[in-house]
Amino acid sequence: MSKHLLIVLAPLFGSLIAGLFGRFLGNALARLVTIAGMTISAVLAIQTFLEIAVGNGDPIRQEVWSWILSGEFHVSFGLLIDRLTAVMLIVVSGISTLIHIYSVGYMAEDPDQPRFFSYLSFFTFAMLMLVTGDSFLQLFFGWEGVGLASYLLIGFWFKKESACNAAIKAFLVNRVGDFGFALGIFTIYQVFHTLDYATVFRMAGTGQYVPTLDFPLCGSVETITLICLLLFVGAMGKSAQFILHTWLPDAMEGPTPVSALIHAATMVTAGVFMVCRASPLFELSPTALTVVTLVGATTAFFAATVGLVQNDIKRVIAYSTCSQLGYMFFAAGVSAYSAAIFHLMTHAFFKALLFLSAGAVIHSMHHEQDMRKMGGLRKKIPITYTVMMIGTLALTGFPFLAGFYSKDAILEAAYAAHTPVGTFAWGLGMAAAVLTTFYSFRLIFMTFHGHPADHHSYDHAKESPWVMLLPLLVLAAGALFAGYLGSPMTHLGWFKSAIFLAPGHDAMEHAHHVAAWVKWSPFAMFLIGLGLAYVLYIKSPNLPRLIAERFRCTHQFLLNAWYFDRLYDRLFVQTAKRIGEGLWHTGDEGIVDGCVNGVATICAQLAQQLRQMQTGYVYHYAFAMLVGVLVLVSLYA
Amino acid sequence: MLSLVIFLPLVGALVLFFGVKDNPQVARYLALFTTLVTFLLSLRLLNGFNVGSAAFQFVEEAAWLPGYGITYKVGVDGISLPFVLLTTLLTPICILASWESVQKQVKGYMVAFLALECFVTGVFCALDFVLFYILWEAMLIPMFLLIGVWGGKNRVYAAFKFFLYTLAGSLLMLIAILVMGFKGGTFSIPELMRVPFSFTLQVWLFLGLFSSFAVKVPMWPVHTWLPDAHVEAPTAGSVILAGILLKMGAYGFLRFSLPMLPDASRFFVPLIFGLSLVAIVYTALVAMMQKDLKKLIAYSSVSHMGFVTIGLFAYNQQGLEGGILQMVNHGVVAGGLFLLVGVVYDRMHTREIARFGGLAHRMPIYAVIFMIFTMASVGLPGTNGFIGEFLILLGAYLANKAVALVAATGLVLGAAYMLWMFKKVLFGEVRSEEVAALRDVTMREIVLFVPLLVLVFWIGFYPAPFLNMMHVSVEQLLVQAGTVKAGAAAIPF
Repeated sequence: MSKHLLIVLAPLFGSLIAGLFGRFLGNALARLVTIAGMTISAVLAIQTFLEIAVGNGDPIRQEVWSWILSGEFHVSFGLLIDRLTAVMLIVVSGISTLIHIYSVGYMAEDPDQPRFFSYLSFFTFAMLMLVTGDSFLQLFFGWEGVGLASYLLIGFWFKKESACNAAIKAFLVNRVGDFGFALGIFTIYQVFHTLDYATVFRMAGTGQYVPTLDFPLCGSVETITLICLLLFVGAMGKSAQFILHTWLPDAMEGPTPVSALIHAATMVTAGVFMVCRASPLFELSPTALTVVTLVGATTAFFAATVGLVQNDIKRVIAYSTCSQLGYMFFAAGVSAYSAAIFHLMTHAFFKALLFLSAGAVIHSMHHEQDMRKMGGLRKKIPITYTVMMIGTLALTGFPFLAGFYSKDAILEAAYAAHTPVGTFAWGLGMAAAVLTTFYSFRLIFMTFHGHPADHHSYDHAKESPWVMLLPLLVLAAGALFAGYLGSPMTHLGWFKSAIFLAPGHDAMEHAHHVAAWVKWSPFAMFLIGLGLAYVLYIKSPNLPRLIAERFRCTHQFLLNAWYFDRLYDRLFVQTAKRIGEGLWHTGDEGIVDGCVNGVATICAQLAQQLRQMQTGYVYHYAFAMLVGVLVLVSLYA
Repeated sequence: MLSLVIFLPLVGALVLFFGVKDNPQVARYLALFTTLVTFLLSLRLLNGFNVGSAAFQFVEEAAWLPGYGITYKVGVDGISLPFVLLTTLLTPICILASWESVQKQVKGYMVAFLALECFVTGVFCALDFVLFYILWEAMLIPMFLLIGVWGGKNRVYAAFKFFLYTLAGSLLMLIAILVMGFKGGTFSIPELMRVPFSFTLQVWLFLGLFSSFAVKVPMWPVHTWLPDAHVEAPTAGSVILAGILLKMGAYGFLRFSLPMLPDASRFFVPLIFGLSLVAIVYTALVAMMQKDLKKLIAYSSVSHMGFVTIGLFAYNQQGLEGGILQMVNHGVVAGGLFLLVGVVYDRMHTREIARFGGLAHRMPIYAVIFMIFTMASVGLPGTNGFIGEFLILLGAYLANKAVALVAATGLVLGAAYMLWMFKKVLFGEVRSEEVAALRDVTMREIVLFVPLLVLVFWIGFYPAPFLNMMHVSVEQLLVQAGTVKAGAAAIPF
């Protein structure tokens, strides 16, 4: 088995062993097996990264086995590792390994550990399949695989009704996205007669495809635009973008390590990865790029506004994730794919760090997640406080930390795109930057500063064990240095053939030469946000309540996340149930069975009446015969 | 060889009926032994089958009623072989599933099951139209008995509904068969495929056959017998019903309608697509509201068979192969799901979803198996359901984008009702004493699921052996279905 294949398969082996034999192995061995699998994967991933991204090696292409063959349709499982994949490998394997280790401490009291670690490793396997695939169908395989893992992990505590509902919601909303993705795949096959990346991209580049498709009612549609928009629907589902975002906040019902791994660092970035992977297609469709930019920018702003008022510590970070994914998308939308991937990487570090630190806070507060019941914790859990502060500074773009490099690169690219949508995205991105800083420091201030709201839990709060703190420290190092170390990524041509740029799409290049005020304005946003948070949550802590009462409507609107959940419930869930009920009782039982039973009843009644004619009296029969004869005679006479 | 596979179960049934005293244990072992030997023999068929040839293989012929051109003629090709194998695999599983749950008149039950296997295998192998018809009808009798004698409370209503629905269709099919036989001068199926019927006649013949096949599939709106039949049938009866009997209708389209009546088949594509789409969406919505586990799975079957009929009438390799594969998949997955329902029914004597909840606490292995079949049912990649659904939708997309668009909503709806059901049954707190007292699956029950689980993943990751089996036959079918036999396409009404 090749080394590269082992990167993908080692977590699967770990998962299968822990899952199938967990009850015989016990907790400790099950943990050990999965962590061993993850470590092998991570070490090999780093080695591969060094070969390909640092050592300038060629991309690896390998066919593993033939999967589906039907007529002309042929797809294989394969392996494609270029610089784009190599970056993803580091992020996925590396962070997943750290989260496995962290979970040893976080899940220490849970009786179902083998199951938990098996799911975690299975998730990693699916995600690795997703990023290493060499065809759209393998991407889809990993895509749905991570969907399943996410479903299983959100619903890990399946006794809780809310956890089960959140799990189903996540799966279904993702399925809606996958519906678009699947149609996109069909269209790709129809146009290019293959699903293989290399062939599709080559043909797209040389124009070997039908430029338009005709549809009944809609007329002719540009082929590439159609494909890109359908694929993007999938990306919106997986990456929780505006309209299909509703599952992500609910997904916080899962254990915190899951939130960190799946719902912050890796799975939700799959959509961004997909758009970058398919850059040779997206680049050919200005319409699709515009849509990507608009949706991304809207999400970045929308989610940040909702994050302002949430009280659940994990929900704040969840909305923040949503918002940051929006940044990545609008970066891709202005053809700054490298900035999107760069932010994806730095974000993975500091968001995993934030989630895991939040987990440490929750752990030390005995599973309390409401920030209103916290306060003053910095003295009790100083290490957690420090790393969380590093994560926050990295997220909010404090100079020379991770987010400073990557987020600024995105904003500069959007500004430098010099298109109306680019400028729109830049504006919303700047506004979202203020909001980001505000809600991030609101979280810090409410949790760690001020006075303890609940003295009982405060008194019992203690620092988490080292097995949890160690991964935090590693991630903190990442949040500190990933930006500086990763910044060469944004240079033109770093990704080589993995990312394609159409001529004239040079926002990324111009981004390096924007005016100084553009470069420093995100820092100004940071200062404004920090100042506001300081005034509202440290200086005069009563003010937020007063504002909330004064602007009740707005506050409720934001607290309920713009009422999307209620709208969808009314519009889809209740409607579907009502229609289903109606079809069942009226359609099946009423009309169809009514007809069937009706025919049967009529037959029975006819038979009943016919039976009555068989009276047994000879004179009845004789009379009938006489009438019959008369009729016949008169007819033929 | 092929006749041996067909008639061995009948021999077993006769031996059991006449030769053995009424001893339940003997009946069970004899039935299991017979069906297992039949399965092994059918594997030898697979071994000797030449995947490179589209001709019927293992053909056996004997004179029967020469005066009417009726012969005993059997054989298999790449389209029928998968169904023969599915039948011989599912029957021993059914026998084993009934091991403890059937306690009354065990001998009669086993006789009925063995006879059913013989008739069903015969239907898939028959190469003479009259032989086909006789076996098609004969198969109703043991199935009627299985529901009517060993079924649940409302079994008599369900059995009659099942019988009348299918019989009504069959009469029209008989007329169509006779007309085809006399017009073509033969009842031999391979020869009838070469007979050119006029377009008008084709249309009427198609409708005649359709009335029977559509009921069996079942297509909307003649599907309402299925939920009742499933609910009342014993577990093994449901498995056979979902796994094999539902496949006979679609097999009829493949074997008769498409190759023998190509012009009419093309003419009726909009009808088939329309009814299938209604089936997919309508029954998925109805399934969402079901309170009885078996009814829910029964409705999901109708929805899944809607995919199959779309695939078959997509007129391309992907659609047809996906359709055939999906029939096998549905046999495996729906069979597995009905067995799972049987497992809890044996313990709790209820199928009402609301009475369950929290089963995963008490039955962890059961929960895992249930999850795997659920995921296969919603078509998750890596399971067999994905390969079938994907190929069908791809085929449908290439044929007609609007159809594919509507059909693909089934992916979302299917996931909705399956996950919702899974949650209500397995997740949540343990709420009742009954659930708290449950024990996990026994070794015998695990044995039932293993072959089906192997198929779920085997087809999911490496469908090549299954698709290879049908490639050449499907190619030939496409040629037959593509030829224009009748000239003018005047509308005959």
